[in-house]
Amino acid sequence: MTDLAKIRNFSIVAHIDHGKSTLADRLIQETGTVQDRDMKEQLLDAMDIERERGITIKANTVRIDYTADDGQAYVLNLIDTPGHVDFAYEVSRSMRAVEGSLLVVDSTQGVEAQTLANVYQAIDADHEIVPVLNKIDLPASDCDRVAEQIEDVIGIDATDAIQVSAKTGVGIHETLEAIVTKLPSPSGDPDAPLKAMLVDSWYDAYLGVIVLVRIIDGHLKKGDKIKMLSNGSVHHVDRIGVFRPAMETIDTLGPGEIGFLTASIKQVRDTRVGDTITHEKHGTTDALPGFKPSQPVVFCGLFPVDNAQFEDLRDAIEKLALNDASFSFEMETSAALGFGFRCGFLGLLHLEVIRDRIEREYDIELITTAPSVIYHVYLRDGEMIELHNPADMPDLSLVDRIEEPRIKATILVPDDYLGDVLKLCQDRRGIQQDLTYAGTRAMVVYDLPLNEVVFDFYDRLKSVTKGYASFDYQMIGYRQDFLVKMQVLVNEEPVDALSTMVHRDRAEMRGRAMCEKLKDLIPRHMFKIPIQAAIGGRVIARETLAALRKDVTAKCYGGDATRKKKLLEKQKAGKKKMRQFGKVDIPQEAFISALKMDS
Amino acid sequence: MRSQNSSQAVLAIEDWQNAGFGLYLHWPFCQAKCPYCDFNSHVSDHVDQRRWLSAFRSEIARYGALTGGRVLSTIFFGGGTPSLMHPDTVAGILEAAQETWTWANDIEISLEANPTSIEAAKFDAFRDAGVNRVSMGMQALNDADLKRLGRLHSVDDGKRAFEIARNSFDRVSFDLIYARQDQTLADWEIELREALSMAVDHLSLYQLTIESGTAFGARYDRGLLRGLPDEDASADMYELTQALCADHGFPSYEVSNHAKNGAISKHNMIYWTYGDYVGIGPGAHGRVTVEGQKMATTTPLMPSKWLNQVEKTGAGDAEVETVSAEDQAVEMLMMGLRVNQGVDLIRLGDLGKKENFLNNINNLEEMNLLERGSGHLRVTPKGRPLLNAVLRDLLVD
Repeated sequence: MTDLAKIRNFSIVAHIDHGKSTLADRLIQETGTVQDRDMKEQLLDAMDIERERGITIKANTVRIDYTADDGQAYVLNLIDTPGHVDFAYEVSRSMRAVEGSLLVVDSTQGVEAQTLANVYQAIDADHEIVPVLNKIDLPASDCDRVAEQIEDVIGIDATDAIQVSAKTGVGIHETLEAIVTKLPSPSGDPDAPLKAMLVDSWYDAYLGVIVLVRIIDGHLKKGDKIKMLSNGSVHHVDRIGVFRPAMETIDTLGPGEIGFLTASIKQVRDTRVGDTITHEKHGTTDALPGFKPSQPVVFCGLFPVDNAQFEDLRDAIEKLALNDASFSFEMETSAALGFGFRCGFLGLLHLEVIRDRIEREYDIELITTAPSVIYHVYLRDGEMIELHNPADMPDLSLVDRIEEPRIKATILVPDDYLGDVLKLCQDRRGIQQDLTYAGTRAMVVYDLPLNEVVFDFYDRLKSVTKGYASFDYQMIGYRQDFLVKMQVLVNEEPVDALSTMVHRDRAEMRGRAMCEKLKDLIPRHMFKIPIQAAIGGRVIARETLAALRKDVTAKCYGGDATRKKKLLEKQKAGKKKMRQFGKVDIPQEAFISALKMDS
Repeated sequence: MRSQNSSQAVLAIEDWQNAGFGLYLHWPFCQAKCPYCDFNSHVSDHVDQRRWLSAFRSEIARYGALTGGRVLSTIFFGGGTPSLMHPDTVAGILEAAQETWTWANDIEISLEANPTSIEAAKFDAFRDAGVNRVSMGMQALNDADLKRLGRLHSVDDGKRAFEIARNSFDRVSFDLIYARQDQTLADWEIELREALSMAVDHLSLYQLTIESGTAFGARYDRGLLRGLPDEDASADMYELTQALCADHGFPSYEVSNHAKNGAISKHNMIYWTYGDYVGIGPGAHGRVTVEGQKMATTTPLMPSKWLNQVEKTGAGDAEVETVSAEDQAVEMLMMGLRVNQGVDLIRLGDLGKKENFLNNINNLEEMNLLERGSGHLRVTPKGRPLLNAVLRDLLVD
């Protein structure tokens, strides 16, 4: 147990690639928390995918012992949060567990959209914020300009911003001192009944569910019987500890401290993030405000390429869901793709991460159908249906109106590319809310339909701005619009996995684009294939894939029999990997590629 | 296979007897490697032809012991460039073949030849050794394209050699490669008309195929092989070739082969009708029925390796594998649907009775790509240029 005055709890706020993980590594290294021989890059990003993509997905924690220039020993608790918009919710709840933030900005780049999104969360959580200008070792570094930008755009004082190179170690000591001198110590009553915040939880194959807690009042000890205030469930604490960043058991956690407990809990779903933990006896009845559970906003179908792997896929999804309460799934059957799962995700990155993990960790090749959002379909009888899958769209005669989710998107972009960004947003049915400048960078705010964004908006944005734009969004609610379900018919047969919801005014354009794409994606067959887009029974776009005219081996003699037979077998195997619709084979990549828009 | 049915053992023939028995000899050496060629060919200055002759003779004797008593219908010298062989080498090989097997009265003995003056000078000697048919690698009838195809001869060289050949041999075929870079339909028509006016009794007309592992393949992968006709253009050329050849008395009897008055290549017909053939020489393949089992044989690709192995061990095989009944049926279809007569359905054995296979046939018949008649299955004129796709659909489970 540590004296409250000697504790500093903080997080680091940064845009992707601005050096958050490297800075965390340096703080850990400088204080000797990890021996040099155990040091590796991006120490807190445990998953391969996190390291590879340079992103943090799960919140991670490390406890750092630091003896400051004043001669006093301090305990610094860092909660490292995900930087990506999909995990904004994890960020917001982690922020509630600490009192201050380091705002890390790349001094060669300046403020970006995710910097903004995350720093506003820190401000909302009443954090003391210490600006840190990173990458000062690079020639393009311009600290004065970036400090000015922080003041202009974010509105916080940056005169004392610390200049750091996490790479070379310059400014790391100053950063540690600033944490001690500028950030507040937590408050709490050691004599009050136990009140702890359940910050996060995850599943460990050996220990069961590990619960990350922040003690507000009172003490937590090994052997305690604890109670979850939300449902009254009681657990016996079998282990208490802290992360350094490896797990280290200790005896007691007191007010202001951050650590973990294990209590033979089997499923992550049994632990509600934001819940209040107290003792079974003489506990508090005063619950913390809590968090609302995170809701999936993007849905897509995941199908095994090899239908025989359906059970393996079920197993993989169930295991992943054990550790990720934000990810939902239910079985889905598609005429085209066979058995699979309709899964809900926090966003596109979350989708990609889960899909990558299934493919990589469980070795299952997947077909991913086009992502969809949740539409609110109001029927004439007053009932409202949440539509996760366009294939489930009720008959139009029953529908009164459809509402779609909208977002507020914030985009920062050098003004050279502003025109392209505005065009992209307009093309995606955006409504401009704001346009301001900070130096040569423009900040545009758009109200956009989420369904125009979930698919390839970010890719297009990166491409039209050569990677110079940054983007963040938040959900702002539902609004009615003239939405229709567009079907695609290949050789007169509807292909359910290619159904999409589109705005009526854009249906012709989208339909034409999809038919043209499919014409290129589907290989020629021995007969000609009409490819049509239709709304209800009405065809709105049509292309014809010409029949194959020539596919024959010119030379085939005695020496070729074996080789050509192998080739034939390979082609037969390739044919099996495609999906059959009536007589037509559709390659699996077509299900996603057909929906990508080139503009 | 019928031979496995012991109750009919007296009457039973082995399947290969439906198609005959041939001998293929591979001469792996060339003066230069052509950029489109993926056959087993090597450039070498020093070839000890006496050593090679002994090795060929030794292999012929070895196969003779496995196939004693058979009548040999055809012999084919392929390569490489077999016209680089010394006529005495050819004569020595044929002598061994004659000692080993009974020759059919109308035995066909073909040799592939480069159309150059040096080789044409040997044509009479090849004829005297026993060769009765040559197949000449003309490839193109314009000099610019011959250069692009990496050929060492000019059009004039080719025509002179061809004149010599038709004086030396009754049966002369030549090859052309079309659908070349920057070739238009009109260009090809002019060239094909000229070829038809020259042709004796046989033409092999191949569309240029870019094979991996060749110089063209490497260039193609790097995007440097430009101007190749697209699918529609090459289909147009193929259709033109079929029509023009038929008009001039050279109807096609196989995907790329055309004959006048039935003067087909009997040796190649053994491959397409799935007979037995012994393959001797580096990289040669064989299909030989031994004790009722169809064996697939291969040999080492490297000339020196094959030669040393034959000399040291007395056998030039790399691999000898039994071809399963099902694989035999697949090979039979793959090869047999290339020719007009198609495949004898009875010879397909169990595959020919599978419901799924029969359904596939019905579907392809409905699309007018396959047809059945006189107990044979064949591709229609519409199906032939799509044969690979037809086979995929025919054999899909």
